[in-house]
Amino acid sequence: MTRLANAFARAADQGRAALVTFVTAGDPTPGATAAILDALVAGGADVIELGMPFTDPMADGPAIQAANLRSLAAGTTTADVLAVAAAFRARHPDVPLVLMGYANPMTRRGPEWFANAARDAGVDGAICVDIPAEEDDSLGEALRAAGLGNVRLATPTTDAVRLPAVLEGASGFLYYVSVAGITGLQQAATASIEAAVARLKAATDLPIAVGFGVRTPEQAAAIGRVADGVVVGSAIVELVGRHGADAAEPVRAYIATLKTALVAARKEVA
Amino acid sequence: MTAPNSFRAQPDDRGHFGQFGGRFVAETLMPLILDLEREYTAAKADPAFQAEFDDLLEHYVGRPSPLYYAERLTEALRESAPDGMGAEVWFKRDELNHTGAHKINNCIGQILLARRMGKTRIIAETGAGQHGVATATVCARFGLPCVIYMGATDVARQQPNVFRMKLLGAEVVPVTSGAATLKDAMNEGLRDWVANVEDTFYIIGTAAGPHPYPELVRDFQSVIGREARAQMLARTGKLPDLLVAAIGGGSNAIGLFHPFLDDADVKMLGVEAAGEGLDKRHAASLAGGAPGILHGNRTYLLQDEDGQITEAHSISAGLDYPGIGPEHAWLRDIGRVDYTAVTDTEALDAFQLLCRTEGIIPALEPSHAIAAVAKVARAMPRDKVILANLCGRGDKDIFTVADALGVKM
Repeated sequence: MTRLANAFARAADQGRAALVTFVTAGDPTPGATAAILDALVAGGADVIELGMPFTDPMADGPAIQAANLRSLAAGTTTADVLAVAAAFRARHPDVPLVLMGYANPMTRRGPEWFANAARDAGVDGAICVDIPAEEDDSLGEALRAAGLGNVRLATPTTDAVRLPAVLEGASGFLYYVSVAGITGLQQAATASIEAAVARLKAATDLPIAVGFGVRTPEQAAAIGRVADGVVVGSAIVELVGRHGADAAEPVRAYIATLKTALVAARKEVA
Repeated sequence: MTAPNSFRAQPDDRGHFGQFGGRFVAETLMPLILDLEREYTAAKADPAFQAEFDDLLEHYVGRPSPLYYAERLTEALRESAPDGMGAEVWFKRDELNHTGAHKINNCIGQILLARRMGKTRIIAETGAGQHGVATATVCARFGLPCVIYMGATDVARQQPNVFRMKLLGAEVVPVTSGAATLKDAMNEGLRDWVANVEDTFYIIGTAAGPHPYPELVRDFQSVIGREARAQMLARTGKLPDLLVAAIGGGSNAIGLFHPFLDDADVKMLGVEAAGEGLDKRHAASLAGGAPGILHGNRTYLLQDEDGQITEAHSISAGLDYPGIGPEHAWLRDIGRVDYTAVTDTEALDAFQLLCRTEGIIPALEPSHAIAAVAKVARAMPRDKVILANLCGRGDKDIFTVADALGVKM
């Protein structure tokens, strides 16, 4: 069983959704990321999404755009991102880590190079924002060949006709983007998320993690009642933006509030 | 490399021009892109759509644009050419279109598509402001609300066009991210689109972006080359020997080139912006870039070894973009079209040369093409014919040019 499958299975066994957390690698500096990742784990994160900075994060809202720019201004390279991942793997042998980002940084040296380098760094999978199923040969094939998860995104616009194509070749988990929009700005109504998750679950056995606009423990709990995982990104990245190199403790404390809410969420219903 | 049977059969059904092009967009946009492709395929086969497009081009845009023999420019170039050299220079006068550039051709086509699809809100990005003005124009013409994203740097250097867009009823949103130029405006346009997929149509201004945009923009702009080909045959009884056009994203160039691609004796030259020089800041993605993925397509990009996009620079806001349309990337790699680059200084010289020899104030974008024409015409025999696309007029650029020439206005 892969680290990703284990993490979702363990959360399910504990009667809660997995907590999936995103930060941008190298924000505010490559050297500061390790402590922030450790804080995510200490606070109770089950899965880490490590963002690869890009000059043109066109699917991201203001918070993650700013994080990308801070990281690049600090000189973060692809080698730095892979080194951060490799060091994380040495410290945390069991916590799954996926790289998330855009096509150009991921494929610059060729998809095989990237997939192999990521595997060698102990990475479990990748989420590429701007490679849809139609362009799978640009990255997905290489990820699968390297034994990595090819985490696909489904959105409110992914209709029933299209969903099978999105699921074909997807692995690790399915990331449901609950809002048609950019990251960090708004949250979907719980009812629409519930309906969407039910639709996705009918079509795949992959765990469904739901994200976009999740900020408060209450929002996380509401999604955690219906989904296998809850993704939180912009709210964490904003803490890093506010506290910079001292962000680890505020991040840990914030993650802990989310985790507590997820642990309690399904018990309240029952 | 084996030559294909036709150079005009691209892209394939996945929107690929060889290894270039494609549909590299977020999943949220993918269903919309597929809808647009279906609608465009239907529109192409619909005589009523073509008739409405042709009618608007004739009566609203003012087509066909003239084909003009630049006699005094030709003579001026011959004066400094070796004996017997100095090709005839002809211009396709797309700067005489309504709104002053070729951009309107594409905007007419896309707003008709938007109406077919029932979209009620239009967005666009703009660099020099020509595409923004053309988009605002068609939105006013059809009564649709319009939001234009424009880099804050470009807002500052293209004030006349900003005012035009506002007069036409558009909302102009200055974009401050990155270098605050065309690339950043396109990022912001995509962010708007992904948040407003239900009602919004994105009128992309150049022959780039996710499939089917490179194809449909090319098709709408190909009116330039179709007219020019017929006009040239009617006037001279033969085809031109060389076509020349400036390239930012490359829509005016592909519009001129495409109808001639299977005319084996017609050579073609695309002219990128070399800015301060190819060893300094420039916007020449073919000359100084490498294949990568940005804004929905795989193409040549200015980028570093990690795939971070590097800032483009050109005195011409319309060429200030770190990428190029995917069909140009393909035409360059298969060798059908040659590409060169012209500096800011060379473009400024050509700008003034055309003002004085022909009484035409060109935009800074075609000034790059004219600079390249000035170089190659002197090396071609007198009986050869060069046809360059005069894709925009220079009214919008007079402040930039005055500033570059040290003139206070």
